[in-house]
Amino acid sequence: MPLILNEEQEMLQDAANGFLAEKAPVAAFRKVRDNKPADGFCRELWSEMAEMGWAGIIVGEEHGGSGFGYVGAGVLAEQMGRNLTASPFFSTSVLGATAIQQYGTEKQKAENLAAISSGETLYALAVDEGPRHNPGRIAFSAIPSGNGFTLSGTKTFVADGHVADKLIIAARTSGEQDDPHGITLFLVDADAPEITREHTPMVDSRNAANLSVDGLEVTGDDILGELDGGFGALEGILSAGRAVLSAEMSGSAQQVFDVTTDYLKEREQFGQKIGSFQGLQHRAAQLATEIEMMKSAVLKSLKDLDQDFANAGMTCSLAKAKTGQVAQLATKEAIQMHGGIGVTDEYDVGLYFKRVHVAQQMFGDAGFHSDRWAKKSGY
Amino acid sequence: MSDLENFRIEVRAWLQENCPEEMRDGDITAENQCWGGRQWEFQSEAQKIWFERALAKGYTVPTWPKEYGGAGLSADQAKILDEERQAINARKPLSNFGISMLGPALLAFGTHEQKAQHLTAIARGEIRWCQGYSEPGAGSDLASLKTKCEDKGDHWLINGQKVWTSNADISDWIFCLVRTDFDAPKHKGITFILIDMASEGISVKPIVLISGHSPFCETFFDNVKVPKSYGENNASVVGEVNRGWDVAKNLLVHERGMLGTMSPLRGTSGPESLGKHAAEKIGLDATGRLDDPALRQSIAQAELDDWAYNLTVERLTDEANAGSGLGAKSSMLKYAASELTKRGTELLMEIEGTTGATIGEDGIEYGSLANNWLYHRAYSILGGTTEVQFNIISKRVLGLPSE
Ligand SMILES: Cc1cc2nc3c(=O)[nH]c(=O)nc-3n(C[C@H](O)[C@H](O)[C@H](O)COP(=O)(O)OP(=O)(O)OC[C@H]3O[C@@H](n4cnc5c(N)ncnc54)[C@H](O)[C@@H]3O)c2cc1C
Ligand SMILES: Cc1cc2nc3c(=O)[nH]c(=O)nc-3n(C[C@H](O)[C@H](O)[C@H](O)COP(=O)(O)OP(=O)(O)OC[C@H]3O[C@@H](n4cnc5c(N)ncnc54)[C@H](O)[C@@H]3O)c2cc1C
Repeated sequence: MPLILNEEQEMLQDAANGFLAEKAPVAAFRKVRDNKPADGFCRELWSEMAEMGWAGIIVGEEHGGSGFGYVGAGVLAEQMGRNLTASPFFSTSVLGATAIQQYGTEKQKAENLAAISSGETLYALAVDEGPRHNPGRIAFSAIPSGNGFTLSGTKTFVADGHVADKLIIAARTSGEQDDPHGITLFLVDADAPEITREHTPMVDSRNAANLSVDGLEVTGDDILGELDGGFGALEGILSAGRAVLSAEMSGSAQQVFDVTTDYLKEREQFGQKIGSFQGLQHRAAQLATEIEMMKSAVLKSLKDLDQDFANAGMTCSLAKAKTGQVAQLATKEAIQMHGGIGVTDEYDVGLYFKRVHVAQQMFGDAGFHSDRWAKKSGY
Repeated sequence: MSDLENFRIEVRAWLQENCPEEMRDGDITAENQCWGGRQWEFQSEAQKIWFERALAKGYTVPTWPKEYGGAGLSADQAKILDEERQAINARKPLSNFGISMLGPALLAFGTHEQKAQHLTAIARGEIRWCQGYSEPGAGSDLASLKTKCEDKGDHWLINGQKVWTSNADISDWIFCLVRTDFDAPKHKGITFILIDMASEGISVKPIVLISGHSPFCETFFDNVKVPKSYGENNASVVGEVNRGWDVAKNLLVHERGMLGTMSPLRGTSGPESLGKHAAEKIGLDATGRLDDPALRQSIAQAELDDWAYNLTVERLTDEANAGSGLGAKSSMLKYAASELTKRGTELLMEIEGTTGATIGEDGIEYGSLANNWLYHRAYSILGGTTEVQFNIISKRVLGLPSE
């Protein structure tokens, strides 16, 4: 399998590029940020994305999806990263769709995948319980009662948590807090009265919410995947999330780098283009090289998810670690190489810096993934 | 006992007696520092008392001559005062651009009358100054500035635009670089001039930063008339007309010196030790190490770099006091301090995790961690970018030929 996009995927990329440049450029994101609509994104835009088949990008055609797989999702995410497009795409079409398509029963697939593909129903994944990503540490409790469970606990920084219609919650059905065994995923309605959702504004102006659940009764039918064996599913969903987030960050890094190299060719000081100073040239050259490394890692992780989902975890960690570093470097260098204008709100590079900061932390930063890599490699 | 040892005992006692408890809360931040100026209102009674007592003793500007409101301390004495102040964690009673930038330049280039007017007002916290150097086309290449200043007999007429003028909207006066000769080589036609911001024709427009706040402005000059002099021997121009670059450069060295001596890793208002702070937030593993090996390594590296940096400030300051001044090595300190400050805020964001990236319902809260982290991106840009400092080090310290 060559490590490049095929013709269909390239067409998807062109289409996404054209559509987002017209409908959801950075200026549109600014509007969302400044007007602070309660949803945190534009519903009309999301409907249009769904009509084009983006909401069901990884969902099979039998469930109304467009069957592009993870490479397709990454192609879209990359363009969204270039434009800082805010939408429920990541939570619903990547995390929600992966959870159900990979781990759901036929019944759950039938009930949910079409609703994802049409863009009607929004999903969110509730994993972390503190400010640092730690999917193995689950205290949120699911206590057996009657022929079901009672859910109680809190979840933090759930992306799109406050707009989601359905929540996928990682809960503890047995074992101790740090035990990988004993975690179970539940798929529940987000508007249950036992669930309180508190919107937490973030520096990247995207949506997150803290959830607190107090005695929500669920049945065995609400379990997604295996009882007590949810950690494996969680790792799979997170891997997909990490790869697609990496694709998004890769898009942001490339965009901000393009803007910067344009600026180096345009801004003059000392009677010459600042791009003629070797102090900047060498760093730009180094960054360009790093960006190539990052793109390879991202594409590989997406291809692995499509070809051998269960074994894609390591390359997804590679992608997340590499993009976390490179995208941060790219946004920092963008600010620095712009000088004073780079730290103004009016100029876009700061928006990329903020988004990349949140995205690189989400589902594990470079430190988390290098540590994970080392542990899985036996050292 | 030597004079200096006596001085230390005296200073220690004076600080103990005069510095209010509330003012012993560590380093100043942009929010809690005492700036002074016409519009200034003290934030607390303690801040006012501390300022007034320091003023009476000449300690708002300890090294300046007594006749201009200082205490006339020698460099060695000033160092002792600073050490003793820091030992009780006391804030500086007054800090602003007048003290750190304009003052030293006036001391070097001003007439007695200029010093008597301006230095005294700075020492007393009466006038707040801002710096009008940068222009849209003149940033790193400051000497290419174009703001036009014409000789109209009894006054100067100024037209042009400055940009990135920190606090222009709340400052009383501006020290400005203007072009008085458009035909001379670029460094030879610049003049350093002092202007009252209340002059007709000056307008300012705040620029919002990525941190969500607006500490700096665009400053416009539209037919601004500036008197040739503010009194006998008290010209508005400092130094000679067309020789302002000498003054400007002298001031930049002081600005860099100032930027290069703020305890960098702690940035403003950071915790005493990043490592201990991280241990409290994240916890330790079974072997007593921070429960995040990658982060532990980064913090330790930064703390060691910070330590080495602080020792270098101490060593270079001692060397400078003993001999010929800091000179171009101030560029090394400015570079190192701004990079360390940025790293400090980045590490804090990492320690806080997602919590650090949360903001208020109305945006980024002033003084919050996210605000500090974003604001400090500017440290390697303001006062001459890191790249410009590298160029200066290459040229002036290492004697390397130009590109
Ligand atoms: C192990 C080895 C194998 C080699 N094999 C071959 C071979 O098979 N065939 C062959 O022809 N040559 C070979 N070389 C020579 C090699 O190509 C030269 O050493 C190289 O081009 C550098 O030239 P120089 O040694 O004259 O160093 P210089 O060019 O004098 O460089 C000195 C330093 O200045 C830097 N520098 C130079 N110009 C610039 C610039 N414009 N901008 C920024 N920095 C600059 C360099 O990076 C270097 O750090 C080999 C060298 C080595 C070390
Ligand atoms: C928060 C803040 C506060 C400020 N406050 C003030 C103030 O109060 N008064 C005032 O006058 N100014 C102030 N400044 C302006 C500051 O001094 C300038 O922003 C700075 O000198 C850089 O100029 P510039 O923004 O035009 O960037 P440019 O000079 O356009 O630089 C763009 C990029 O090119 C690089 N570059 C330029 N020349 C070279 C070279 N020869 N070699 C290698 N790289 C090069 C720069 O390092 C930078 O990375 C402030 C700036 C900031 C961000």
